[in-house]
Amino acid sequence: MSNAKTISEKILSQHAGKDASAGDVVVCDVDLVLGTDASAPMAIDYFERMNGERVFHPDRVMFALDHYAPPSSPKTAGFHDRVRAFARQHRVELNEVGAGISHQIAVETGRVVTGDLVIGADSHTVTAGALGAFATGVGSSDIAAAMITGKVWLRVPETIRVEITGQRASGLTAKDIALGLVAELGPEGANYQALEFHGEALGTLTVEERLVIANLAVEAGAKAAIVPHDELTAAYLAGRTDRQPVSVEADHGARYARTVTVDLSASTPLVALPHAPDNVVALDRAVGTPIQMVFLGTCTGGRVSDFHAALAVLERGGGRLAPGVQLVVTPASREVYLHLVADGTLAKFGAIGAVITTPGCGACCGTSGAIPGDGVNVLSTANRNFNARMGNATASIYLASPEACAAAAVTGRITDPASIG
Amino acid sequence: MTREIVGRARRLGDDINTDYIVTSARKRDSLDETVLVRYLLETLDPEFAASVRPDDILVAGRNFGCGSAMEIAVTVILAAGIRAVVAQSFARTFYRNAINNGLIPIECDTENIAEGDTVTIRFGDDRIEVENARDGFVVVGRPMPPFMHDILKAGGLVGYLRLAASEMRSPTR
Ligand code: SF4
Repeated sequence: MSNAKTISEKILSQHAGKDASAGDVVVCDVDLVLGTDASAPMAIDYFERMNGERVFHPDRVMFALDHYAPPSSPKTAGFHDRVRAFARQHRVELNEVGAGISHQIAVETGRVVTGDLVIGADSHTVTAGALGAFATGVGSSDIAAAMITGKVWLRVPETIRVEITGQRASGLTAKDIALGLVAELGPEGANYQALEFHGEALGTLTVEERLVIANLAVEAGAKAAIVPHDELTAAYLAGRTDRQPVSVEADHGARYARTVTVDLSASTPLVALPHAPDNVVALDRAVGTPIQMVFLGTCTGGRVSDFHAALAVLERGGGRLAPGVQLVVTPASREVYLHLVADGTLAKFGAIGAVITTPGCGACCGTSGAIPGDGVNVLSTANRNFNARMGNATASIYLASPEACAAAAVTGRITDPASIG
Repeated sequence: MTREIVGRARRLGDDINTDYIVTSARKRDSLDETVLVRYLLETLDPEFAASVRPDDILVAGRNFGCGSAMEIAVTVILAAGIRAVVAQSFARTFYRNAINNGLIPIECDTENIAEGDTVTIRFGDDRIEVENARDGFVVVGRPMPPFMHDILKAGGLVGYLRLAASEMRSPTR
């Protein structure tokens, strides 16, 4: 049998110190452990129950206070104090309230490079796969064990090969590509499996676009979503890290569970209807749905290019919100926030009437930030629209691109952004 | 070694995400599973939590535990006294968290199991099976790698690591 390997098999073999293939259970060295204020308090409990005394590699652990930013109750403020005290005691990097979402901080501050093994106690840890890392979500007990031992147990996944082909149709965004992929795979279509991206059109996707696609891969159950390193990856990492990325390529003849092709020339703008991210229809079919709240933000749609794209549509639409629409803007990180301040974007959002909130998860999962009112329809750049996700079970959440969200803010209904202006 | 668990089936559907098991918004007030257990599956059925008995077994369709990786979704189920979840399939983060906390996840055909059925789980190293008392029908569960059996036998990752630590410290080795 040939020993040709997928990227996942290679990265996990390297980190296990032995040859491993899909199906093997291996114990791997971890390059980065991520914890959030939603998962780290529980991890600290596990750490204590495991009789943890010290963190094996303090410099490989990073916490972010992002889900309750700022804290919405004395209780959540208490979670923060617990995480702060642990971070201080064990000399672990702590990103304070306002620093942003763990996944965004991890990529933009150069904590992740190609070839790394990243685990995070949050399902959207897969996002960092856009830089060619094997990044996967685990539970709090796993990150506690990894803090103590420096290691994690993993079953080496099979891989689905995703071929990105074709000339991109005009108006097609990364969010549309990602939602289309989730719909095609289904809610568990990639369960226990990794996605590996290839194809001649992959090089046309910017790193920020790759982050969107990798982020949403977990909505199909993917364990990891890996975009191989190329010049764009190198350019993104340059200046962010001194570490040398180890470019990991799939071997010729590596075995894939199957191949899925995404033809960008045949793809169209999409929207996910309530209450599941794979409940996807062509945007055209949802046009006219009344929208009362628009949310721009999250680890999916809260980056600089997202806000630029949304603002362009808002300005084309006259720079005014439709009556009765609340627009909430939450940059994914402080770096994003400061960039948007410096280039004037946030001032323009402010002038339009947006509510601008602290960098972090914001309204995404109902733990802090704006909660939709009863019966409200929300159009959001987020990745999940489960019932009650934003903290109100009577609200209905629709997911779309920043452009489509901005278009709805202008008209008060789901609208094709191409028709604005 | 085979563990036997007998209990009442509580029937759930496909794609039960962890937000439905316990909503994130509840986590603003507490991270204590003995408190959060009051809200178990409330988005799907507000009466569910009050109706749970300690010998209940959750029986679900496909992709149980999808969505957020929050481990509290597993510990809340354990706090309700439930020791096993039987599903057509599991989302990987839930499956992993279940093993790491000693909640037995069994992947098998669940179509034949209805709400209220008495089911007997025989969870062995080499064979995992689920019998439905209503018709005597037995389904075989997907096998689990030995490493995961070891973690489950230790009661989860906490017990597993403590065991590993004490073995390392033990002078006889
Ligand atoms: S922005 Fe939303 S999806 Fe992303 S980490 Fe925060 S809560 Fe999770």
